Order: sequence, then structure tokens, then C-alpha cells
Amino acid sequence: MKAWDAIVIGGGHNGLVTACYLQRAGLDVLVVEKNDWVGGAATSRELTPGFLYSNCSYVCSLFRPEIMRDLELPRFGLQVISYEGGAVFTRDGDYLANYRDHDAHRREFARFSKRDAEAYDRYSRDVTRQCRFIQPLLMRTAPDPTSFRPRDLGELLYLGKKFAGLSAEEMALTLRFWTMSISDFLDEYFETDVIKANFALSGIIGTALGPMSPGTAYVLLHHYMGEVDGSVGAWGYARGGMGAVTRALAASFKASGGTIRTGAEVDQVLIRNGKAKGVVLAGGEEIDGKLVISNADVKRTFLKLVEEKELPDIFLRRVRNFKIRGSSGKVNIALDSLPEFPALPKDSPVYRADMHFTDSIERMERAYDDWKAGRWSADPFLDMMIPTTLDPTMAPPGKHFMSCFVQYAPPKIRGADWTDADRDGFAESVIAQIAEYSPGFRDRIVHMEVRTPREIEAEVGLTEGNIFQGELTFDQLLFNRPVPGYAQYRSPLSGLYMCGSSTHPGGGVMGAPGRNAAAEILRDLAKPTLHMSPAHDVI
Amino acid sequence: MNRHVKTDAARTLAQSHFRTLRMGTPFQPRIDALALTNDWYNWAGYRAPHSLWDEELEYFAIRSQAALFDVSPMTKYRIEGPDAEAYLDRVTLRDVTRLKPGRVHYTAWCDDDGFVLDDGTLFRLSPTRFRLCSQERHLPWLLDSAIGYEISVEEETEAVAGLALQGPTSFAILREAGFAGVERLKIFDLAEFAHDGAAVTISRTGFTGDLGYELFVPADKALSLWDRLMAAGELRGIRAIGYAALNRARLEAGLIVTNADFTAAEHAIRADRLRMPDEIGLGFMIDPDKGHFNGRRAILEARTKKKLRHVLVGLEIEGNIPAEHAIVYYKKSQEVGLVSAAMWSPMAKRNIALASLRRPYGDTIVDDLWVEIYAMRELQYQKLMKKAKVVQRPFIRLDRRTASPPADF
Repeated sequence: MKAWDAIVIGGGHNGLVTACYLQRAGLDVLVVEKNDWVGGAATSRELTPGFLYSNCSYVCSLFRPEIMRDLELPRFGLQVISYEGGAVFTRDGDYLANYRDHDAHRREFARFSKRDAEAYDRYSRDVTRQCRFIQPLLMRTAPDPTSFRPRDLGELLYLGKKFAGLSAEEMALTLRFWTMSISDFLDEYFETDVIKANFALSGIIGTALGPMSPGTAYVLLHHYMGEVDGSVGAWGYARGGMGAVTRALAASFKASGGTIRTGAEVDQVLIRNGKAKGVVLAGGEEIDGKLVISNADVKRTFLKLVEEKELPDIFLRRVRNFKIRGSSGKVNIALDSLPEFPALPKDSPVYRADMHFTDSIERMERAYDDWKAGRWSADPFLDMMIPTTLDPTMAPPGKHFMSCFVQYAPPKIRGADWTDADRDGFAESVIAQIAEYSPGFRDRIVHMEVRTPREIEAEVGLTEGNIFQGELTFDQLLFNRPVPGYAQYRSPLSGLYMCGSSTHPGGGVMGAPGRNAAAEILRDLAKPTLHMSPAHDVI
Repeated sequence: MNRHVKTDAARTLAQSHFRTLRMGTPFQPRIDALALTNDWYNWAGYRAPHSLWDEELEYFAIRSQAALFDVSPMTKYRIEGPDAEAYLDRVTLRDVTRLKPGRVHYTAWCDDDGFVLDDGTLFRLSPTRFRLCSQERHLPWLLDSAIGYEISVEEETEAVAGLALQGPTSFAILREAGFAGVERLKIFDLAEFAHDGAAVTISRTGFTGDLGYELFVPADKALSLWDRLMAAGELRGIRAIGYAALNRARLEAGLIVTNADFTAAEHAIRADRLRMPDEIGLGFMIDPDKGHFNGRRAILEARTKKKLRHVLVGLEIEGNIPAEHAIVYYKKSQEVGLVSAAMWSPMAKRNIALASLRRPYGDTIVDDLWVEIYAMRELQYQKLMKKAKVVQRPFIRLDRRTASPPADF
């Protein structure tokens, strides 16, 4: 029987990125994917005729341009389109928009507070400074501070130098920034509820924390350090839905000779003498591989695919305690016409941007209170957009696809599994909120896909449906991601690697974990990384 | 279920700004009518003319007749209250207790680390009322600094329209326009005059190094003021101009522009771009004998410990090719700074520039400085290494600027 050079478990974007790099480096790579399609949480499926959804992930900014170029993704159809800024609707029938034009942005904020309008430059400067510190770390393996290998010392030195390059004030700000709450951070710049709510949303997306929880300021940074073609902090749509990212990756992989098996769920990692030797599929089929790389999250990988007895106690305990908490859901809606929002002028660019209905941090925190009590939020926070206003490929002309990211949705409802009735109640909370701002909204709905953490875990395999494969809190970042001592994509088992978002630098459709994992694997194989560009300079 | 707050009608009305990304100033109808080149640029969100008919001739209008330039987009704050003097003395560098009502001074202000936030002009309109004009916006800084002072700070950029009337015939035009008593204004004086049922504040100030005035009126009196000046100036060569011409005049006058010649502290993302007043030629504003002011401790410490790392200088460069954004070298090889603005000066007949150099170059070492000019000529760079000499600013001194009483032309 054939022994593959490497088997990647899971055809999500990171798994495919790793697979592409390894295949291009000359390995014979197999990707096994349990679903009948690839993509993981970056998929676009036609669930109702004529409509293509971005079923989970829905916007693109973090995906590293170095990877797009290395893997020739534009050649395989990837196109990312920047979009407008977005808006928060207010309860008094108005809205606060974010315009791309700097002065329009200021004038818009000045409608609510002249002071806050003029505070934006300082805020933007400080966030940009923090981004510039983080960005170069994304495409590097985090150092192991307990190791005395020259390479780790070198990386620690690099980190130290970067840190030392900051002024004392910046250093203090960086430490505060990585640990404080987004609410506290915003209080230092702004005074108006809706303006703070407008920025706070990036601090809670995908996180089982409220805007007042420490650590959420970093989550904001995580959403700011992306770019669209050099425009740092900008977000865009992948033309054809987020599935276009993984479709392009899969095509690139196949073009370089890689093999993908869909409908192939891995039941176990095959381990012999403490060494990973392949995988066993759900049907019992064994596939041999010299290396096994898991794109699944760290809990799924080590608590479900590997037998406990193969792993050290302390590692197991830390994996069990790794925080991957379900906090969000997704409602994808096919619409037979563009919804109207009476608060918005008909020619507003906000129709082509993300829309929100939570106009104060307190409402966000209340929504989080529901999560703590094991309920979906009665007044949920929505990140809603209509990509078809810019992307004509996702719905027939005049019809629209609406993507609603919804927070908060707990992994269990009052301790019990989600039921279909719960799911419908959750969907209703979303539709009710939209309909309140958009009369006649319900009548436009042609089809709806509702995904609670239950559906996301069942289909995509993300534990509790956590979109980042683990919280982005400081205790789970850098050399502590996923667990101390195993932050360099290797596991306690020889031949078994991790490449998913559970690893540094974390979640979002970024590709950096997949690329960094490939770099480490090639290093172990003593193969050159000829096909891998270094990270772009941050100048 | 969520709607319980009353709609704010004024706020809703203001929504439509998104349809006009570049706003017009109160003078826009007049400027549009004169904009033969349709050559606009974005000045703080306003559609401002880069030129109106010919930037070179517009420049000569400043130096030979009188030029009318719309300064309405300049940021303006009204600072008022019994503590206004003490407050501004604390916030800004220069000694405000010595700024008498009816006077204007050019000043700057710093953050607590002594880095320059902006420069601007401070108008003392009355014992307790001031106007601060600047390039960038500072409301949060001004409000935060106001804690403990009995004052109010109002941003009034849109409400107040501004014009600069600059050039040798500017005084004659104002007299002709009927602003009786304007001849009494000495340089940096200001006074209020009646205009169209309201008041216009006229100050003998400007950004050209020439005889000139600045006029501020309520926005709804802008057009009548424009018409009044244009009518009075018809026989004295008044011309409206765009920024390109003004920028030449200001460079000859050796004046700096925030975020062009230095990066303002609230905009500087890279820590080494921050500048103290002594590093951008504003050290003369610092008065160590006045009371405490923002940044004082850091500025004085940098002076004592010789921690000042940069210096902004005027350069005279051999030849006649402008050295815009050229790198400055010591001994033709060691990079020591950058030119931020440069031109051939028609008034001085010299090739002039402003440059930021890394000390000691430009400070104690001023010899053997060179600039490397890349002159694009028909799709080919002509690389020139030209000798640069550190010279005093301003590059030109015009007696008519300060003559009292002002001359007719």
C-alpha cells in the first residue's frame, strides 16, 4: 500500500495552505476531508438554486498576500474586493456610518460628537502602532522561551528587540493593549456610546467574552492587522464567496500534483511506537503516511483523533483546558430583493458595507450576559452584510445573499444540547432584529441557513463552533498557543503536526498557521523552503 | 422594542454629507466661477483650488498686486472664559500673558513628551476670548487640557469663513473697500470692522512674507465680503489664487507646514518621526521663564542633556533645479537628512529649500553638505549632486511687510 509523504487531516484553508507548500516542496501529499467539499469554515455552497452563500467565514482581510502570491491563487480564481466602511443603526432611527474617505468619516462622527470625530486620528495612530508590532510576528514561528536552542534564542531576541524598539510609553501601551478590555480601551479615546459600540464590535467577534472582559482589546487588533492589497485594516469580499479562497487553494494544490479525498472522515491517527504513521478513516480504511498534519483544532485532534494513552498527562490537561468556547452563530439568507432600511438614504454606500444594530457597549455586554446564562442573546449582536451588492456571482441579478454573523450563541442551551426548536428561536431573534430596522424584511426571504454552534461543530468540525479554533486571549497567544511547549506546530508525537488556527498566530482566514506549519515541517525534513516567500516588510 | 430615544433632527439632517465628499467653503460659488483650470485638491475635506488659472502667474499676483486666498478650511477653535489666558499659556509654547487683546502671535503646542502637535496662529480677540487656527484638529487635546480651567472650547471651522488678502496692494484695497482705520494695523495687530450688518476681524497677518491681511467673517457674510474686496481691488490688480502659488510664497518666507515639513505627534506612527520645537526651528517660541506649559519638562531636559536629534534648516542649493524631497548628504556620501520643500525663488533669485537634518549636521556641522537631485527629464533621471549651504530663514525679507503705516504698494 502506498505511503504518502504527508497526510493532512481536514481541507480547511490552513490545511490546504500547508498541503500546497509541502506539495510544492516535492512531497507527495494527501488531504483527507470528511465533507464532500473542501473549505472547512471558508466555504461557499449553493443550498438553494442560484444563491451561493459564504456559509461560515464571510469576509477577507487577514489572508496573507504572501501566501496568495506563493500559491498563485489569483491564477486559480481568487479575487478579493474591498468594500465600504459600514454602519451602526441607532435606536432613535439614525445611524453612524464609517466612510472610507477620511474627512467624510470625521464629519459623520461629528454628527454625534465633534470631540470624538477629532479623536479618531489619535485612536487610529495608536491602533496602527500596535498592528505594526504584531504584523511581523504573524509569519514567524513563535519562540519557545523554555528552549535554549540557538534558533529559539534568536527568535526571542527578535521579539525582545522589537519590543525594545518601542518607546517606554509604547511598551506600556502594548502590554495594556494585550490585556485590557475593548471597552476600557475605547474609553480612553471616545465618549459617545454609538461610536464606542462601532469600534467595540471588532473586539468581541468570535470570542466568548464581552466588551468589558479583559483581553478583548487584542481581539480588535487581530481584526485590524489584515489588509486588502496593502490597505492595512481594510476588509474585502472574496469574489464568489469565501469558498473562493479554498477553491483556489484546492486548485493550486491539485495543479502541483496534490491529491484530495473528500467524504473521508478520519477516525483515528494511526500511531505505532509513539510515532504517527497515517490515519484510519471512519470506515476502517487505513492510509499510511510518513507525516500526519492536523488542520482540526487542538481539542478535536488530541482528544478525539489520538488515543489518550499516547499523550503526556500535562499536555492532555492543557489541551482539555484550552479555551475553545462556542460564542457565535451564523444565519445565511437568500433574498428576492434588496432590503430597505428607512433609516438609510437609498443611495447610501452603507448598503455595500457591514451593518450593525447594537448601538452601545452596554447592549453588547447584556447580550454576553445571556451567553453566560446559557441562552442565545435576546438582543443579539449582528455583523450583517449583503455581499451581492458588490459581487454579482452569488445571486441572480436583483436578488441578494445576506450574511449575518450572530453573537452570542452558547455551546449548550442551559446545559443541554441545542434542539431544532432552539435553533429556530435563535434564528427568530436575528430576523426580528433585522425586521425591526427593515420593514417587510421577512417577505423577501427565499431561503435561510441557520447555524448554531451545534451545526458548525457537526459540519465544519470546529469544537463548540468556535471560529478561531480557540480564544485569542493573551494566555493563548504566541508561544502559549495552543499550549506551552507545543507552540511550534509539533506535537508530543513524532510525525504528528498541527496547522490549524489553534496554533500561532490564530484564527481568521489568514493562512499564516498553515504556512508556518509547512515551514517547520520542511525544516524537520531538512528541505529548503524555496517556494515560500518571506513575510512582506513592515516599513 | 429598541426604539425609545427621540430622533435628533439636526443630526439626521446632517446625514447627507456623504454625497459631497469634498465640501465647498462659503466662498465656493465665487471660486468655482474663477476656476479655469479645474485643478482641485483635498484640504481637510474641502474642494480647494490647487490653481485657478495659472499657478505661476498666481504667484506673481501675490508679489506684485494682491492675491485673495480662501483659508476657510483651516481649523478654528474659539476659546473663551475668564481662564482663557492662563489656559492657553499652559497649552501653547509662547507667553500668552504678553499677547495683548488685539494682537496675534504664531505659536505651537506640544504633547507631554514635548513633541509638537501642531503650529498655528493665536488671535486674542478680547481679554477673555481667543481664536486658535491650525492645520490639524485638536479638540480632544484642547478639551482634556481644559480640565480645571474655567473656559469653553468651540470648534468653529465651518461657522467662520476666512480669507487671506496678501500682496503689496492689499492695504490699498482694504482702504478702498472702506475699512476705515485699517491703516493703523501694525504687523500682528487685529481689529474688528463692520461688514454687511456683522463684524469682520481683520488682522495684519499672513503666510506669504509679504504685506498682507487675514479676514474672518461669519459664514453667511462670506460672499458679500468677497464681492466687496473684489470690487475694491479691481483697479489694483486683485486676483484669486490657489494653494500652489501660496505654497511658493510661504517657502520664500521660510514658513513650515504641519505634516509636510514635519509630522505632527498625533499622526506619527513611527516613534522616530516625532519632533520637538527645537528640531523644527520653533525653539524661539519656548519661554523657560514663563509658567509651566505642556511639554516643558521634556523640552528643557532635551536641551540640557543634548538629546535633540534633528534640526530644520533653510538651504541654498547651487544651480536652479528644485531639490524637492532630495536626500541630503554630508561629504556626498553620508545620508544626513531630507529636503521637505524646495523651489527656485523668483524673489531671491536663489535655489532654496527646507530640510530636516540629523544633528550635528545642520547644527554644528554645516559645511560639505550636498543634495542629490533626481530631475526627471523626458523619462530619464538626470542625477545631480549639488552643494547646499545652510542659510538663515526667511529667504526673503520685504520691508513692505512690516512698514507702518503700510505703503500703498
